[in-house]
Amino acid sequence: MPETIHVPALARVEGEGALYIGVKDGSVKEIRVDIYEPPRFFEGFLRGRFLQDVPDITARICGICPVAYQMSSVRALEAALNVQVTPRVRLLRNLFYCGEWIESHVLHIFMLQGPDLTGHESALSLAQVAPDVVKDALRMKKIGNQILRVIGGRSVHPVNACVGGWYRWPEAAELRALLPELEWGLERACAAVGWAKDLPFPQLDIDYEFMAMHRKDEYAILDGDILSSLNGVIDVEDFGQQYLEKHMRHSNALHSYNLEGKPYLVGPLARLNLNHEYLGERAALALKQSGIRLPLRNPYKSLLARAIETVEVFERAIHLIGRYVPKGPSAEQLVLRPGHGAAATEAPRGLLYHRYNLDADGLVEQAKIVPPTAQNLARMEADLWQLAPQLLALPHDEATLTAEHLLRAYDPCISCATHFVKLKVYDAEG
Amino acid sequence: MSPKPKVAVYKFSSCDGCQLQLLNLEDELIELAGAIDIAFFLEARRQVEPGPYAVGIVEGSVTTPEEAERIQYIRRDCKFLLTIGTCATAGGVQALRNFADVQEYARAVYPHPEYLNTLATSTAISAHVKVDLELWGCPVNKYQLLEVICALLQQRRPALPQYSVCLECKRRSTTCVAVAQGIPCLGPITRAGCGAICPAYGRGCYGCFGPLPTADPFAFVPVLRSHERFPGEGIRLLRTISGAAPAFEKAAKLIAFEETRHA
Repeated sequence: MPETIHVPALARVEGEGALYIGVKDGSVKEIRVDIYEPPRFFEGFLRGRFLQDVPDITARICGICPVAYQMSSVRALEAALNVQVTPRVRLLRNLFYCGEWIESHVLHIFMLQGPDLTGHESALSLAQVAPDVVKDALRMKKIGNQILRVIGGRSVHPVNACVGGWYRWPEAAELRALLPELEWGLERACAAVGWAKDLPFPQLDIDYEFMAMHRKDEYAILDGDILSSLNGVIDVEDFGQQYLEKHMRHSNALHSYNLEGKPYLVGPLARLNLNHEYLGERAALALKQSGIRLPLRNPYKSLLARAIETVEVFERAIHLIGRYVPKGPSAEQLVLRPGHGAAATEAPRGLLYHRYNLDADGLVEQAKIVPPTAQNLARMEADLWQLAPQLLALPHDEATLTAEHLLRAYDPCISCATHFVKLKVYDAEG
Repeated sequence: MSPKPKVAVYKFSSCDGCQLQLLNLEDELIELAGAIDIAFFLEARRQVEPGPYAVGIVEGSVTTPEEAERIQYIRRDCKFLLTIGTCATAGGVQALRNFADVQEYARAVYPHPEYLNTLATSTAISAHVKVDLELWGCPVNKYQLLEVICALLQQRRPALPQYSVCLECKRRSTTCVAVAQGIPCLGPITRAGCGAICPAYGRGCYGCFGPLPTADPFAFVPVLRSHERFPGEGIRLLRTISGAAPAFEKAAKLIAFEETRHA
């Protein structure tokens, strides 16, 4: 099928986009994940804002993962002020994040990538033949959103998180009322791993540099060190300098590379490969029973990593609700001072880095935000190059779908990094 | 021809959160998909049915020349145009650029800003084409969105609140954060619809549902200023999510004018 692949509008990703694989004389000449982000300049208009405005504003970068933005913001600003939050504040943040992971991962597994593996164009068409699968998925997703609503007031752009902690403790009884549904969700998530492992994933094996947050006491989501499979632990302050972003003309998103100029991978595959030893009991069991061999190096199988992680966050949410005691001040008193601070957390799609400079009045002088999809963009293009020989052997429609599927497997949040992957029609002249 | 009305969902400059609210209708989604023909909704499905469409749902604001052109085609394709969310109805958080130099922003964010193609302002969809109904919120309330879709199906007027966030606080029995604690709050001039969540969580409303249609900036500004905990807090609150909505913009300008007069 020596023909150029056209995907005029990439479907089932957050944001709209396109993909360009230029084929000439039977070989692939050019590949671009071509993202046109109408730039929204968050780092620009954060300057001069008071630090407590930051989590409300950065949440608006992404409607699917606002909690990730709020958590990276507040942690970076706390680092700038040298504020330590209490274990109770941290526990609730951890639970809050579990809610977002459930909502986002279930959406991706069943509604975004899942249809590629079950031969459907959408979860809506899947619902016509397997209504129970889709109904269960929606019910699981709803549980994640309910956690967000109880803690944060609403699931999209919640309002309770602040620098130092929380505006108010949510009611313990309201969280405990979610336990029966969470127990159901945990069982259903375990079953989903069994279902997912037998799906017909395309073959691809890639030698990645994995990058993820890392802790020795739990599967890191909210905090920890930054760990690279090639370079070991990287100080969060150094991360921004070492893993620079390049700005490429065909895209309004910034691309990230490591020191040697090579792309690296963030997200579920990176996390599972680096941190599987720290999974909770049920997630570790689900991983073992699934027979999945690590390291997982097939990007299409990110879905399996997400499925394992879904078990992890259901299980963790149940534990955390059991330990939640809303006592004492819900937020630390802040003492303003000039300084700078950086922090990273694990957004559902991967490592999300924030860095802020503050002045003596608590106003932002400078902000830097590196979303996971921006870090993965260069990696997506590199993966497509590796996939190219396989694509050339496929009928055109199948090749197009296989290439699109690869991008969807990344769960790209184009609103975060950018938002328009627009296909440019290949011109044979150049 | 399909007996079900064809619905298209479009995205402009935005975060995806408002169209996500459609997928967040977990209990209603499958039934909804049976009542309407979701003909174009890239976030949810790969299959695309060509227009014209009975209803076009637009999320996001216009921030690039391409978007300004694209909305014209969409208007022609859709019999009824519904804009959802504060980006689509007032330019959204990215309209903060309207009060600054966008070139300077670009230099602050991107190493090679000459590659970027952007407009100096972020504007509502209604600044470009005729809009049949605007649904406010950052994000929109998913039940209000469902109410609008049901009303269109039943050919009736949607029941949307025309009162302020204050009334929602009273319904929730939330003690007024402005009166009792002196916290600056935009509730009195902000459209209801969120359920007054910010005061319920012990903080002031930051106006993400946009101004009440009858908002009176002249009456409100003295109240807001009396609660300011540090200079400039009122303007910043007004310029958070819905800063380019006319009533909020006017209130912020009033405060700025008063400050220059006293300086």
